[in-house]
Amino acid sequence: MEWTAIAMQLFTGLSLGMLYVLLALGLSIIFGLLTVVNFAHGAFYMWGAYAGVTTMAVTGNFWLALLVTPLVMGAYGLVVEKTLIRPLYGRDINYPLLLTFGLQFIMIEIVRILWGTSDHPVSAPETLSMPVEMLGFYFPAYRLFVIAITLVICIVLWVFLERTSLGLIIRAGTRDPLMVRALGIDMNRIWWLVFGIGSALAGIAGILAAPIRSVFPEMGVAMLVESFVVVVVGGMGSLSGAILSGIIMGEAIALTTLFYPQMADIVIFLVMAIVLLIRPSGLFGKAGLLE
Amino acid sequence: MQIQEWLKRFIDVVSRYPLVFTLAVFIVFPFIVPYKALATQIIIWGLFALGFNVCLGYTGMLSFGHAAYFGAGAYMAGIALIRIWDNIWFSLFCAFIIGGFLALLLGYLCIKRRGIYFAMLTLAFAQLIYFVAFQWVDMTGGDNGLRNIPAAPLSFFTLEIDIYTPLRFYFFVLAFVFLSILALNLILQSPFGHVLQAVRENDRRAQSCGYEVSNVRWLAFILSGAISGLAGGLYALYLHFVGIESLYYSTSGQVIMMTLLGGMGSFIGPFIGAGIFLYLEDVLSAVTPNWMIFLGVIFVLCVLFFPSGVWGTIKNLSLRGRTKIRIAGAVTKPPL
Amino acid sequence: MSKEKPSNKGVDRRTFIKISGLTTGAALLGGFHFVPRTLAQTGPIKVGFPIPLTGPYGTEAKDQQAGAELAIAEINASGGVLGRQVELLVRDTKLKADEAARRAKELIESEGVQLMSGVLSAANQLAVNEQCKLHGIPYISISQANEITQRPDNSIYTYHEALDPHQTTQAVGEYVAKNFGKKWYFLTSDYAYGWQMTDGFIRKGKEFGAESVGETKHPLGTSDYSSYMPRILAANPDVLFLDNFGKDQINSAKQATSFGLKKKMQIVCPILLMSSRLGGGEQVFDGIIGGASFYWEMDHPTTKKFVEAFQKANGRPPIDYAGYAYSGVKELLSAVNRAGKLDPVAMAETIEGRTYDNYKGKQWWRPCDHQSQQDVFIIKSKAAKGEYDVFEIIGTVSGEGERLLRTCIEVGQNPNKPIRSGLKQ
Repeated sequence: MEWTAIAMQLFTGLSLGMLYVLLALGLSIIFGLLTVVNFAHGAFYMWGAYAGVTTMAVTGNFWLALLVTPLVMGAYGLVVEKTLIRPLYGRDINYPLLLTFGLQFIMIEIVRILWGTSDHPVSAPETLSMPVEMLGFYFPAYRLFVIAITLVICIVLWVFLERTSLGLIIRAGTRDPLMVRALGIDMNRIWWLVFGIGSALAGIAGILAAPIRSVFPEMGVAMLVESFVVVVVGGMGSLSGAILSGIIMGEAIALTTLFYPQMADIVIFLVMAIVLLIRPSGLFGKAGLLE
Repeated sequence: MQIQEWLKRFIDVVSRYPLVFTLAVFIVFPFIVPYKALATQIIIWGLFALGFNVCLGYTGMLSFGHAAYFGAGAYMAGIALIRIWDNIWFSLFCAFIIGGFLALLLGYLCIKRRGIYFAMLTLAFAQLIYFVAFQWVDMTGGDNGLRNIPAAPLSFFTLEIDIYTPLRFYFFVLAFVFLSILALNLILQSPFGHVLQAVRENDRRAQSCGYEVSNVRWLAFILSGAISGLAGGLYALYLHFVGIESLYYSTSGQVIMMTLLGGMGSFIGPFIGAGIFLYLEDVLSAVTPNWMIFLGVIFVLCVLFFPSGVWGTIKNLSLRGRTKIRIAGAVTKPPL
Repeated sequence: MSKEKPSNKGVDRRTFIKISGLTTGAALLGGFHFVPRTLAQTGPIKVGFPIPLTGPYGTEAKDQQAGAELAIAEINASGGVLGRQVELLVRDTKLKADEAARRAKELIESEGVQLMSGVLSAANQLAVNEQCKLHGIPYISISQANEITQRPDNSIYTYHEALDPHQTTQAVGEYVAKNFGKKWYFLTSDYAYGWQMTDGFIRKGKEFGAESVGETKHPLGTSDYSSYMPRILAANPDVLFLDNFGKDQINSAKQATSFGLKKKMQIVCPILLMSSRLGGGEQVFDGIIGGASFYWEMDHPTTKKFVEAFQKANGRPPIDYAGYAYSGVKELLSAVNRAGKLDPVAMAETIEGRTYDNYKGKQWWRPCDHQSQQDVFIIKSKAAKGEYDVFEIIGTVSGEGERLLRTCIEVGQNPNKPIRSGLKQ
């Protein structure tokens, strides 16, 4: 195998991994703080894509769509948390999982009713459409953009969590919600916000994915399972785990495709099974969290 | 209060002769649903949900990979009929065994983990099995499914009965379903059944009483898998065909929805859930292609307001003030 | 959890088991209410039509329905079948094979349909076919599959109006071999449809000296094809075949475009569906060619008639599957009229060897396997001039003389005899 081919493959793996990273971050942050498994996360991703597509259809501007989508999805997440998830606190941990599982079907059907079942063509903005020549092969500029913007989002998230007081509260809330409450902070509001942030991340992933893949109502279904695998491998509740795991999975799929393509579907499950059998809580997960 | 009194009396009667009541309902069932094949479908899925419920309702483990046992049972029954021996008893026996065996293997790997990790691991393994079956075209037909399953007659020594008319097939399936209910009832009444309950309510306590909790769970998992496999085998006979989707996680999701809808804590619950789900699906999909939205809404409402399912809620209504059905286990962050 | 302890006072367990055993046994043997399945002699003729109304191919399914409804409307207007009106019973298969089987079961057992058509996807049609074979219901399939005209799936009750992967690839392969370079690369969806397309192309290519410089299988439903691009580029082929369907085709075409593959090779899709073209968009499909069973702008008398009638009823031109459905249902119903009775053997006898032209040109029913022989059109995507005016026909490959079909022997049938396997006595 030529080195350029492998290098190109590593690059495609990176761009593939970025979408997983965004989705896994959203899932993980929701889980880490609220211990809620958001089974509708794939549907949020899909709604993000549709929100973006609609914005683009109305305004013709991709950049505007990129800005609007996380705001819209974040707002939607806030509504969902308040009306559907909050009533379930205190109950068995499987309830939010089951509820979001049902919510997913509703969200998919709504899109089918309003937008139909067929695909929506979406193209990347003109400025990013040309292939860029690098290391002797062509790589779509848009994918480089996806890699770049995901890195930016990760950095912003890191700064938010590590350097702002709100971020501090969130981190503390993950460790010891009771204590945070005792210090006079309303955890309900924090959870509410965090769910919104997680939803916004899913939405961004959706609109970023739209020019690469087709936009159709079931686009989130397969992504959901894959995102779960990524989160579980990284460790539920761990953000660095989500990032690392997302990249690993992207590369795993890319490299498997190079050497043994039929296994590409299965490889993430194999990786997960192996990781979980060796490190039961994932790469960076905390033991005892949700046992 | 009139209604509550009536309900209480109704529940009382049912609780006293549950098996008779269940049998009576099942016997009239095919005549009250729109068409007999639907009734058969409901009791097959009801059996699957019953098996799944052993894992969820009785042992408290949410598995997202039960399609593996159902699908494996279906394929095994079909393959046995095509390749080994065209005898229905044998094929169903194979289905039962493969379900249990697979659960034994996968259970061993998954049981040690709890909660969400358990769910994800079961999902992962089930998807692995799906992909293997997809690729193993010679054996399973791949995505085209397993076809040309011979319509073998039911043989009692020298007597051969053709069971492939709607009503006959229904009663044939019912026999197996009912036997399973009886057997399960026996098991759950036995000391093992009580240990199972103890483990579900408070596993640390059970452990400190000397019970090997993982082994108990493992056994329950195997039983759950075996029943699911049997249901799968019956499904293969019913459809005369095994589709690859029977192994996909949507099948696992469907049985979860049915079990929750009907009520996790009883025998009848899973059947009620299967009945409601399939009946609604049938009726609604003739009316609108967007039937899924109704099912989704009902399911969400169930989770929010009727977590113990239809049957559980009916029982709760009659038990106002006394012990209510509760699902034990870890909890989400309580409101502060 | 509540303690579910059924107390057994009143009925002893042993007695109870005896009673239930007896009842069940009696029901099985006695078979009361047993209604033998006889074909209804009066009332409307019912045609069962399970199609994937929900799910990713909802649009194609609706087209199938529209085509079938048009055929039935025309037949009803000219007197119906055997003097009886025809009714179409549509059911949703959700694109799942077991759901399709269940729907077929319900249609046959509960609705008493005498004929069956419909179904999209090979797996679904095979499942429905099994049910029809079991009950002796003539079934005409209107979507692609190789297996349905092959032993052991084939039977006297089974008819295949649509193209199959073999015909498609022989036709498209021939055109490509004559017009483009000889180095071929295949991106194949990893399931029966994909494998069959690739095998078919390779087989045809050999005749013209074209060789395969690479074959990559991708899992069904892949959304990200970026990992496949390096290999394809490294192999430097003249032609890239996208042997996949629906969303997979749209996605792979889209991503191939963004990786600049079109500059270096010609991209070919075995079947270029209107819905894919509309879903993918102009830029994605620009320059791509592929096969089609028909295109609504064809200049042919029966096509024009069909398109006009369809447009009037539905407000838009018909796309590929509508044509199949229209022709297939029409064939099935007209066969009953010609046979004079709803008898599967009589129907088979009037269909086998029949030449007809319902909407796209000459078609012929091969007796040994009930496959409809037909021409294949080569189309190219172009800039849309109207909402549905997205293709131009650049070639026609004739299906005359069984040249595109597999031989009867290849499909496990006797070339000299019409198919009679599976006939229920």
